[in-house]
Amino acid sequence: MNHEPHHDHGHHDHADAHPQGHRSPPRPDLPDTLTYYRAMEAAVRELLIEKGVFTADDVRRQVENMDGRNAGRGAKMVAHAWLDPAYKARVLANGSAAAEEIGLDVGPLKLVVVENTPKVHNVIVCTLCSCYPRMLLGLPPDWYKSRNYRSRVVREPRAVLSEFGTVVPDDVEIRVHDSTADMRYLVLPRRPEGTEGMSAAELEALVTRDSMIGVAFATRN
Amino acid sequence: MIEPTVARFHTGDTVTVREAYPIGHVRTPFYIRGKRGVIERLCGAFANPEELAYARPGLPAQPLYRVRFLQRDVWPDYAGQPGDVVEVEIYQHWLEPEEPQR
Repeated sequence: MNHEPHHDHGHHDHADAHPQGHRSPPRPDLPDTLTYYRAMEAAVRELLIEKGVFTADDVRRQVENMDGRNAGRGAKMVAHAWLDPAYKARVLANGSAAAEEIGLDVGPLKLVVVENTPKVHNVIVCTLCSCYPRMLLGLPPDWYKSRNYRSRVVREPRAVLSEFGTVVPDDVEIRVHDSTADMRYLVLPRRPEGTEGMSAAELEALVTRDSMIGVAFATRN
Repeated sequence: MIEPTVARFHTGDTVTVREAYPIGHVRTPFYIRGKRGVIERLCGAFANPEELAYARPGLPAQPLYRVRFLQRDVWPDYAGQPGDVVEVEIYQHWLEPEEPQR
């Protein structure tokens, strides 16, 4: 008798893959529990579609746009700042204007770019929720939204960074930025040594999402 | 047009965060209430989120500051380095000037 009716067709293949005859349980589907907020979202969305405020395709398109943004946008800004000191000065003075200047639409985002130096290492968090510069980095990673990260990085940043493999020397000040209100933050990581002569595209490839959150350094791979 | 509330603090001023626990949508984290810090910069003026959350206009707009705190002033048992800091965005109505000692 098979206890997993959806799984029986794979029996022989799995027996080959798992010599002890162990069979994995089927993966659960994506979360489909109708929670309070899911019900509210569906009700409001369906009502707005019925009233003709927007269409289902508008919603799909917006989700596609949001999913399509990634940290390459932030990396473009960082590489540009590494190559052009005058641009870097404008980035630090007004992040939103500097993003627009190189063709990155940031919408109403109020961007503050904070620079890592030999004496200061910056790291970003939102202890209240999950504020994040999505227009430049895309959707935040799950750990950024976790209570673990949010409650601990503000209280023991050196310990949290070392769990990411990022050991900040004792003589470097750690500056945690809690984005509690209307600003969004991006870290300008230090340019790795030995990258002189690299093109903008080569430099962009070194600038990872985590280096712009501040939980990692930009490195030469 | 309602003019924003006038900014009363400047970069470098020492301020104390009000130690108050109102109910509602408040964007001043618990851990920073009652703590003393220094104004890092004025970010501009923004509609008050404590009002916006209840569909009210939140005007006049409130000055918003980034305030820098020494970690060891925030967490008495802070285990990092003495120069480590945390910066938090705080609206003006949550800040009080530090009174000179008499």
